[in-house]
Amino acid sequence: MRQHASYWVFVVHRVSGVALAVFLPFHFWALGNALQLEGFLQWTQQPLVKLGEWLIVVALAAHLGGGLRVLALEFLPWRDWQKSLAATAAALAVAVGLAFALAL
Amino acid sequence: MSFRGEARLWIAQRASAAVLAVCVAVHLVTIVYAVRSGLTAAEILERTRGSVAWFAFYSLFVLAVTVHAPIGLRSVLGEWLGWRGRSRDFVLLLCAAFLGWAGMRAVFGVFA
Amino acid sequence: MKVSVWRGGADGAFQSFDVPREASQTVLDVVTHIQRALDPTLAYRFACRVGMCGSCAMMVNGVPRWTCRTHVDNVVQKDELTIGPLRNLPIIRDLVTDMREFFDKWARAKGEFRGHATRKDDFAQVRPDSPPRVQADAGIECIGCAVCYAACDVVSWNPQYLGPAALNRAWTLVRDERDRAGLERLRAVAGDAGCHACHSHVSCTERCPKKLSPTAAIAGLKREVTKAALRGDL
Repeated sequence: MRQHASYWVFVVHRVSGVALAVFLPFHFWALGNALQLEGFLQWTQQPLVKLGEWLIVVALAAHLGGGLRVLALEFLPWRDWQKSLAATAAALAVAVGLAFALAL
Repeated sequence: MSFRGEARLWIAQRASAAVLAVCVAVHLVTIVYAVRSGLTAAEILERTRGSVAWFAFYSLFVLAVTVHAPIGLRSVLGEWLGWRGRSRDFVLLLCAAFLGWAGMRAVFGVFA
Repeated sequence: MKVSVWRGGADGAFQSFDVPREASQTVLDVVTHIQRALDPTLAYRFACRVGMCGSCAMMVNGVPRWTCRTHVDNVVQKDELTIGPLRNLPIIRDLVTDMREFFDKWARAKGEFRGHATRKDDFAQVRPDSPPRVQADAGIECIGCAVCYAACDVVSWNPQYLGPAALNRAWTLVRDERDRAGLERLRAVAGDAGCHACHSHVSCTERCPKKLSPTAAIAGLKREVTKAALRGDL
């Protein structure tokens, strides 16, 4: 059902997971062509590419946050603060996103 | 797939998730550092090539991803596209093989 | 206020009624008023009217609730209310759903107690504060109202999924030291149709009118199944 925090964390977790799964083959292919890395890195200076990179990094952090929440829910003893795990996952994603954005 | 097989997939998913939690954390820190320092390709490769430690680390990373991503996609394909049965598992196995090959090619490219 | 009520079967539609607002009015009061004063052909279920039996569970503005325990003041939006049959269950007519699949899944999850003692044996002595008993007690108040089942998206996406109520009951029995169904039950709740399909949306726990936590129960089942699998017992 809709509305509550845990549901949205799940949606973000799933969507980011699919995005990462689609991104990875391209990532591996680019790195596998490491001899042409300088030229490739030049290409990545373009603003749209930088935006894409930032989105991927945020997706990775969001997926990690959501994943840690799932691991905590499934393996740690149940407590009422389970609810704030959703907020923690979101906070992690934001923090990493900011760090990466500031570095760009 | 049998319930035993599905239970094993779940265990593999959670185990690879735990490995990836560490790998991703290290990877994010490394990438943010590299971008902040404005490293060029030559500078990056200078630090990564020939490093046994980084080679091992990223090989483990690739292995964990090869397990984790296809199992994750399996749920999405089943629940949101209604795709279940042998064909789904066969295609995902191919995806895993491809990810493993492409990943190790990348690891060799950057760290060998 | 304008109340939209589902009429017919799966291929039915919402029908509008004008219902007077009253003080301390519940959604069940609204449905009852419609059936008695406006349209006697409206089909709906209720029994106790006081929040004990769970029969009056329906979708209120898209959310599964006990209608006898839902005050109109808390859910009405701009003088409008939408009432429908519980989600994820076949509709018999109007607000009445076919609960058979819900209870069939309960049985498939081996949700029944299997003892081993006879009348000649002494009572089992179970410490109420023993950790397994505390965990079981946290889930035994379930009255099978199917609100959690209606709230669960995995039930919508995966027709075979046993659902939160059945799995919650299975967990209370897994933690019951008197029960002897052990591995048989763990096998019944493992796999894509069982506990492993839960993605921890926590909608069930969010909506449970008895404040139970099927999410916690299902997490417990995941751990027990994992232990059995790693031992080679599954």
